[in-house]
Amino acid sequence: MFEYALAALLQAQASGLPMHRIANIFKPLATPAESEYHIAVFVLAITGAIFVVVGALIISTLIRFRRRSDDNSHQEPPQVYGSNQIEVAWTVIPILIVFVLIGVSARVIAGVENASPPASTLHITLIGHQWWWEVEYPDFKLITANEIHVPASPDGKTATYLNLQSMDVIHSFWVPQLSGKTDLIPNRTNYTWIDPREPGIYLGNCAEYCGTQHANMLLRVIAHKPDDFEKWAAEQQKPAEDDPQLSEARAAFESLACVNCHAVRGTAAVGKVGPDLTHLMSRQTIGAGVLTNTPEHLRAWVNDPQQAKPGCMMPSMKLTSPQLDQVVSYLESLK
Amino acid sequence: MASIDYPLEHPRIKGREFSFSETLYKWVATVDHKRLGLMYITSALLFLVIAGLMASAMRIQLAVPNNHFVGPETFNRLFTMHGTTMVFLVGMPIVAGFSNYLVPLMIGARDMAFPRLNAFGFWMFLFGGLLLYYSYFGGGGLSGAGSAPDVGWFAYAPLTSSAFSRGHATDYWALGILAAGIGTVASAINVIATTLCLRCPGMTLRKMPMFVWVMLIDSWMILLAFPPLTAAQVMLELDRYLGANFFNTQAGGSAVLWQHYFWIFGHPEVYILIFPAFAISRLRYCFRSNPHFFTQTAIRQARHGRCCRRHRIHQHGSVGASYVRGGHDFLGEYFFRRLQHAGGRSDRNQNL
Repeated sequence: MFEYALAALLQAQASGLPMHRIANIFKPLATPAESEYHIAVFVLAITGAIFVVVGALIISTLIRFRRRSDDNSHQEPPQVYGSNQIEVAWTVIPILIVFVLIGVSARVIAGVENASPPASTLHITLIGHQWWWEVEYPDFKLITANEIHVPASPDGKTATYLNLQSMDVIHSFWVPQLSGKTDLIPNRTNYTWIDPREPGIYLGNCAEYCGTQHANMLLRVIAHKPDDFEKWAAEQQKPAEDDPQLSEARAAFESLACVNCHAVRGTAAVGKVGPDLTHLMSRQTIGAGVLTNTPEHLRAWVNDPQQAKPGCMMPSMKLTSPQLDQVVSYLESLK
Repeated sequence: MASIDYPLEHPRIKGREFSFSETLYKWVATVDHKRLGLMYITSALLFLVIAGLMASAMRIQLAVPNNHFVGPETFNRLFTMHGTTMVFLVGMPIVAGFSNYLVPLMIGARDMAFPRLNAFGFWMFLFGGLLLYYSYFGGGGLSGAGSAPDVGWFAYAPLTSSAFSRGHATDYWALGILAAGIGTVASAINVIATTLCLRCPGMTLRKMPMFVWVMLIDSWMILLAFPPLTAAQVMLELDRYLGANFFNTQAGGSAVLWQHYFWIFGHPEVYILIFPAFAISRLRYCFRSNPHFFTQTAIRQARHGRCCRRHRIHQHGSVGASYVRGGHDFLGEYFFRRLQHAGGRSDRNQNL
């Protein structure tokens, strides 16, 4: 646990970006999250006021009308047998409050949903799988997984639009500091958008129960300064490293069942079932956030993913020790 | 056979001891609304204990990060079974139990309108619940995959389709809750028929106690809410075994369709559960103090007590109604007398 936290911290420092470790909904850092935060505060204020008024009335009633030592217990206190004014008041006031809440919510929902994308908008297709995220950049013709790299938008003039799809069951995109939850529904395309104000790493997770490893379907949005984002994209567009010294390891990888599910661009590995591995080592985590991406973790993961993420779709391939060495050394070259 | 004849239905016969089998028989075979009410409440409390243990296991798992108290699959089963149990096997039967016990007493009926349907409803609920829990043993099915359901109490499609939910776990969820739902609908029909047809002479709808009103409205909501869920569960089973593909997104079905069906049930269900709870809590303090119900002006003016008296006359006229105990069957009057004994406050029952 602490090892994980420490490693995550180191990773964050290595990328030079601040890590928002706690997905604090009260500290929104993008437009949709901020407008939702404002409603939340407004609703809390209204309900808090109701709570205080009702609580004060109950307490004052309890004190004012308590049984006193000089009470004649056979005598009824004065009774109220109905009052049109009171009934009208406690019917009309709640209705007004409800209409105010409906109006405010509708305005914010419409504001988020109908916002027109600014000129420099990045379009991303986010596809949910049991239990990881596929991230496609159609404009850049690149595919990655579990980490959404986007340009930050300090002036509010950039935004990232996410087309949300699912390969299997319903998932939900949720990065609390950037936007509310939006479901990824099979057979449909949903969308949402984010515009992180500051460069940094924002943590999120799947927010719709989607099966055994739902809890470990983690997601991170990595917001770069615009230049850095271009650099990142250019790196990712390159084909996989082909180190001649590792040709044996690569041949071993390509001869194993790995390639049935995983793709490495420019090689014989063209599987579509699991995450694209072309630039595996540029990612911060393995297994949709279940482990930090260190050589030891990678080796343990390839050896038996069911240890770290029991129930996940990747089976233990029962590799022999030399095979494992070769596969891991090849994967480690995929910078 | 003589030993299980008529006298068994009589609750109190002095000097008569019942053997265990006789006692068991009279509870199992009963169509008496009070017995069924108690059986509903007792079964609900048993399920409450089970669901509470499950909740404790989940809280232990969540007490510290990266805990290994239960595995992910077990955890998913725990929250699915806990949610399903609390809604369908604790909340609903407690409501049914109180309404079975109190509604006939409060409106001066000898029993529910359809006593056998009443017993049918209870046993459908109980065996539906047992069927759901049998999944722990039978859920594996031929493929050996799965035990108790792990799809969440809302069982969103397409996680429940045969591609993503192997074994029979989801079938136990759908069929167990389908059976319990049929029992709930039967009980709701019974409450509606009882309140509309069996009120004692003089008790118009406007003079009906507030608790009975709430149960009447609640039963209408059940009639509106449960059949869509039952239909969706049948559709789910058709999907899983006959390839109907209502919710199977891989064959063009709709995942959102299930959500609509489920929440046509699920949203009213919230009110179905909370309204009787409000009514029951109100019952409690209207015996303690004297809260005149503002909206029940008509009832207040009508002097509810008159209705009680008239009912007593009616009842004395019906010779042989031995299982309605004279004078005390009208709950209001019952508490009225108790309050007279307790504090000498004579007019506290006017507005149940």
